[in-house]
This record gives sequence, C-alpha cells and structure tokens, in this order.
Amino acid sequence: MDTPGPSQEPGLLERLELASARVPFRYKVATVWVAIFIVLGFFGAAAKFDLGWIRDKIGFIAGGLQYTLLIALGGIVLAVVLATIGALARIGRHPIAYGIAGFYVSFFRGTPLIVQMFLIYLALPQIGRNLAVEYAWLPDGFNDALILDAAVAGTLALGLNYGAYLTEIFRAGVQSVAGGQGEAADALGMTYGQKMRRVVLPQAFRVIIPPTGNEFIAMLKDTALISFLGATVANAEIFRRSQLVGKADFKNLEAYLTAALLYWGLTILFSYFQSRLEARIGRGYDRAAFAKQLPPGHGAQTTAAARAEVGAVPPPRPPADPSRLDGRTEGPA
Amino acid sequence: MNEREVVVRIEGLHKSFGHLHVVRGVDMEVRRGEVVVIFGRSGSGKSTVLRCVNFIEDPSEGTIEVAGIRLQGGHRTRRKRAQIRQLRLHVGMVFQQFNLFPNMTVLENVMVAPLLAKRGTEDEIRKRAMDLLDRVGLSDKPAEHPIRLSGGQQQRVAIARALAMQPDVMLFDEPTSALDPELTGEVLSVMKSLATDLHMTMMVVTHEMGFAREVADRMAFFHEGRILEEGPPSEIVSGAEHPQTRAFLDAVL
Repeated sequence: MDTPGPSQEPGLLERLELASARVPFRYKVATVWVAIFIVLGFFGAAAKFDLGWIRDKIGFIAGGLQYTLLIALGGIVLAVVLATIGALARIGRHPIAYGIAGFYVSFFRGTPLIVQMFLIYLALPQIGRNLAVEYAWLPDGFNDALILDAAVAGTLALGLNYGAYLTEIFRAGVQSVAGGQGEAADALGMTYGQKMRRVVLPQAFRVIIPPTGNEFIAMLKDTALISFLGATVANAEIFRRSQLVGKADFKNLEAYLTAALLYWGLTILFSYFQSRLEARIGRGYDRAAFAKQLPPGHGAQTTAAARAEVGAVPPPRPPADPSRLDGRTEGPA
Repeated sequence: MNEREVVVRIEGLHKSFGHLHVVRGVDMEVRRGEVVVIFGRSGSGKSTVLRCVNFIEDPSEGTIEVAGIRLQGGHRTRRKRAQIRQLRLHVGMVFQQFNLFPNMTVLENVMVAPLLAKRGTEDEIRKRAMDLLDRVGLSDKPAEHPIRLSGGQQQRVAIARALAMQPDVMLFDEPTSALDPELTGEVLSVMKSLATDLHMTMMVVTHEMGFAREVADRMAFFHEGRILEEGPPSEIVSGAEHPQTRAFLDAVL
C-alpha cells in the first residue's frame, strides 16, 4: 500500500470523509432515525401489518388516553402530597413521624408495584368483610366499603408507590439547600414553618422538579399495569383497550404497537413540558450563569461560592442554552 | 461607658462537638453601644462563641443572656425553642458567606423577616428597608437578585437584612473573610458607620486590625477556647502581655 504524499490528489475514501465532516451531526442522526423507520416499515409490510385495522380501532384505543392521564395525574398528586409529608417527617426527626415515614418508604419501595395493586384491589375487600363480621358495631355496608374500583385501586397503588420514591427525592432536595440558608433564617428569628415555606422549600423546589417530572413520566407508563386488575371497558385505559380489541380480532401486533406509540407520544410530550418548566425555574438561580455576567473583578468571589453550592447539588438539568442567558440579562421580572 | 446596661452576657460558656472541646469556659459582657472585636487563630473558638450567642450552636454548658432574656445551655426543649426564637429577635447576625436568600430580590431579603414577625405594615417595612439599603449604599438595587451582586454588595445587603429587625446587638462572623481584598473596604466602612452613627452594639469576629484599632472599644484575644487577653485596642495592639497574642498580632499586622 502506498501512502498518499503531500502532492497527491486525495483518494475517494478521504474525499468522502471530508464531505461527511461538513454534514452537521444532527442531520446524520436524523438520517439514522429515518433509516430505522424505513426498515421497520419494510418489516411491517412483510408481516402483513394491517394499517386499515389501526385506522378503524385507533379511536377506541386512544379513547383510553383520558383514563391513562387521569390515573397518572391522580397518582402523581397523591404521590406529591405523601412525599411532602414523608420528607418533612424524615427531616424533622420526630421519632413517631420519622418511624412511620421510614416504614412507609421501606415497604412501598421494597415490594413490587403490581403486588401493591393486588393488595389494594383484592386484599382490602377481604379485610373489610372480615372486620364487618368480627365487629358488629361497624356501620352497615362496611363489608363493601373497602371494595374499590380497579382504576381507583390502581391510582392509590401508583400514588403510594411513587410517593415512597418521591419522599426520598424530596428529602434529598430539602437537604441539598445550603446549611447557611437555614442558619440565616434562624438568625432572623423565623419559626421552623416560616423557614421552610419562605427559604428552604422554594430553593429545594428547583432541585426537586426535574426528578419529579421523571417520576411522572415513569408513572404514565406504569398505568398500564392497572389492566391486570381487569378494568371494564367503560373506564379502560390505553393498554387494556388495546388488549381487548387486539385479542378479539387477532391483531396483537397492530394493537400493542398502537398502544406503544400512544405511550411514547405522551412521554415525549411531557418530557418537552418538563424541560420548559425546568428552564423557567432555573431563572434567577443559576449561579454559574450569573457569575459569568459579572465584571471580571467581581467574578472570583461569586464563582467560588457558586462552585461550592453547585458542587453540593449537581443540578440535574441540561446545560444552559444561550437563549435563557439572554432572557436573564434583562433583569429579574 | 460602664454605666450602660449589659446587652449580652456570657457566663461559663462551654461548647463541645463530640470529643472536640472547642470553647472551654468563656465569660463576657457587652454593654449597649460597645464594639467588641474578637480575634484569634482559626480553631480558637471565637466563631463558635458568637454562634452560641444566638443559639445557632447550642451551648453545651453555661448561660447566655441577651436583652434580659436569659437561657441555659444544654438540651433544647420545646419551651426553650420558643425562648430561643424570642432571643434571636434581639440579635442580628452577618455571616462570612453572606447567606442571602437567592430566591428573593434584594428588597425582599431585607423585608422578609420583619414582615413575618409583623413589625408593622408592609408599607412601613418597605420604607424602612429602603432606608437601610440607602444606608448601606444599595438603594439602586432593590429589585436585583443577590446572585447578580458582587460579594461586597451582597454582604452589605446582609447587613441591611440583619438591621431590619432592629436588633439590640449585631454579630459579625468574619464578615470580610470571603471577600476579595479590594471589596473589604466597602463592608468595613458600612460597619464603621453603624458604630459611629447608630451607636450599634457589635460583636465582631475579624482579623481586620485596622478596623479594630479604629472602631473597637475592646478587643478579646481567643486562644484554645478561652479569652487569653482582653482590653482596649490601644493596649492590646501595641502592648499585648501574652506572647501568643503578640505572635498572632505580628502575623496579621
């Protein structure tokens, strides 16, 4: 093999390499995605993928979106409430509150979500029935009081389960607020509640939002587990609906792929909202970004403080984009 | 000066962190209008004493009295927690790292504590806060977020924030140690004006001997958790008795 000397024309491979270098990376990635979809489309056609069937049934399957969203929203609201209480209990170190919160987190993180769903859906009614038999003074109808609708039981289980994970996220978020902040609030004579509401929680919020968004997106997908509780058609979420029609027409590929695409669309949509929200919340807090704007003489101090704080809490955020910086130079709203 | 009332009285103060006995028996009185500079090597317990005065650290042993509120060290009971809060309402504190609240504007930082303590209507408190920002030379920055200020400006806001509660005594815990050298002057001159214009009672942990000589009524040298030597700056700076004090002064002057 002769190596090309400096006077030689570049070979074909080298010319291709140079041409490739001029194409932006994201165009190449987009091309790969397009190629993947073409290949998938080819396999789909070969497997007699029935688009017509999907057109007929997508309305029915997508009708489950509202239930999926409702269940996920109910679950995340419950989870956030439980996590707020749980985190404050874990921080406050009151032995009773701490003990209960510790038990809660340990049990619901330590057992499978699907088991928790069955416990709430199928085991609670048994408790109700047995209690009603044992204690006659309980009001009439108590034996049926713990029989929950599948969607309600599922939402409860999701809320309890995710609440346990969020408890730890919230606790870490609160504890990530620099110790000096609490000391300053104390020194100003604030009560514990005032310190939390006005100083600590607003700062913790910023750290807590991104992982909470992740948990919500994860929960969107876990709503599919509710289908195992055998929800009726009337309030069936996406996955149950796709199961029902897919089985009836023996179109499992089309049915489950439709469900998958709907979930995928939802998570992409909410990831987008989440990144927008994070950008908003980051405004006015990003020490590193602010330090860069200060005149050089003033920078050293602030940057050192910034590093200390940023180091304590690695902000789980994408790198600041230039448009956000521009927004900030206009000053606080 | 000696006829004035005692604002801060520290008696038999001890503080241990685990096995580390940091403060080993400190007694001190600060009278109204007095400026006391506390100095000494790092680890000598000087900051810890200051932080015990408003119970940011709980004293292990001893008594703290501020503006007539007298509290023992030791375990923090529910009743004592309320008393500590009352005591803190009489004490302003300025920290080495400023500790301004980044989620609030400069003006909100100064207003938040008086608002929460219901020290007047919002308009009154805002007016007082603006007056204080004017006093520290930052009346043009009320809407700014602390992060956009220089260290010296942040520390001046922190001083205004502490003053907003109209404390009986101000504690300064190495207020200029985290600042670039060219920024310490603006903070020290604000502190000086508090002493000369407002006759504020002040306890200042600092190594700024120029400030001490000019402003302090008294200086206390801390060594191994005790006050080794104490007196007016004229006596301490030029004629310290103890070799440790002299060695330290030689090192910082």
